[in-house]
Amino acid sequence: MEVYGSQFFWLLIVIGIIYFGIAKNMVPKISKTVDDRQKRISDDLAAAQAAQDKAEQIEANYRVSINDARAAAVGKVSEAKAKVAKKNEAAIKRADTAITKKANEADAALKAAQSSALKEIEAVAADAAQAIVKTVSGAKVTATDAKKAVKAAF
Amino acid sequence: MATEGKIDPMHQFEVQPIFDGFTLFGQQIDFTNSALWMFAVLVLLYVFMMGGMKRELVPGRWQVMVEGVVGFIDNIIANSIGPNGKKYTPWVFTLFMFILFSNLLGMMPFGIIPGIHPFTVTSQFTVTGLLAAISFSIVLIVGFWKHGFKFFSLFIPHGTPVWMMPLIFSVELLSFLVRPFSLALRLFVAMIAGHILIKVFASFVVQAIDAGGASWGIALLSILFIAFVSALELLVCAIQAYVFALLTSLYISDAENLH
Repeated sequence: MEVYGSQFFWLLIVIGIIYFGIAKNMVPKISKTVDDRQKRISDDLAAAQAAQDKAEQIEANYRVSINDARAAAVGKVSEAKAKVAKKNEAAIKRADTAITKKANEADAALKAAQSSALKEIEAVAADAAQAIVKTVSGAKVTATDAKKAVKAAF
Repeated sequence: MATEGKIDPMHQFEVQPIFDGFTLFGQQIDFTNSALWMFAVLVLLYVFMMGGMKRELVPGRWQVMVEGVVGFIDNIIANSIGPNGKKYTPWVFTLFMFILFSNLLGMMPFGIIPGIHPFTVTSQFTVTGLLAAISFSIVLIVGFWKHGFKFFSLFIPHGTPVWMMPLIFSVELLSFLVRPFSLALRLFVAMIAGHILIKVFASFVVQAIDAGGASWGIALLSILFIAFVSALELLVCAIQAYVFALLTSLYISDAENLH
């Protein structure tokens, strides 16, 4: 029996349906689904990368600003410290001079008092020596001699 | 027909009309068992592809399978033809899927259901011949359309000495003309041989059991062999479909890119 005719006929029909119905119609859609998915994945990855870059940028900025602020604070603190130290120094100097002046005055007063007291003691001693000499030996000693002798004894 | 005690391994390849058709160009067109199984392949392929048409962002198993097959064909095209090959994807896809589904459907054990006689569409030289002829026509049409008579330079490899040209040309032309036949025969022979082998061993089983006695060992051995050959045939089904699609795209590449 000749079957070529019917074989060819039905095969062409089936192959035609597969070619035009499935291979030309459905396959591109499936390919497109795959491509879309691939595109979406790469887009998402790119977006994630961008977000990460941005976050890193923000962190870097934050670090820079915090470092600046810290440096400024340190500067201010040291400046204040220096100011206070200067002020203290000046005050100490002032106080120092005042104290020195007072001490010198006191010293001078002390010296004056000492010399006057010494003079008085000398006078008293001369008087005493004149009187002692008069009573013991009856000799008359002049006041100037007595004074000389006392001064020599001192 | 398998009459008593006689098993004909070629019976499975007979094309028989299921109901009479009409006459076209003086040819009697009947709806045959071959046509029935072609349509079974078509329906199966359609169902398979529909499973991949959900177009979900996160694909299910079925969708992954369909997308894998489509990607596989795209890869064959991209590797053997290149960027110009996109327009041939539908034909290579049609070839690969039709041959693969026909081969596999022919291997399925439908025979155990009474009244159903499995038929392998690709075991008909008429079918594989027509498929190969279409592929070869595409090669010829594309080749002469794109390159005109320059297409004949395909038969002269680069660096051929002038005095060798006539000989090389005729040899290359011959090998080119043989392509559609080798394409068709490869698939046809692979399918028919495997099926005959299985049937022959099956008849051994029947005869050995009929003989009784020590022949049981032969029956057992034959069944083991059938299992082995069936597994091999499943592999051959896929390989032959792949080879047919790959060679077609390589031949088209010759025509499209001309070296």
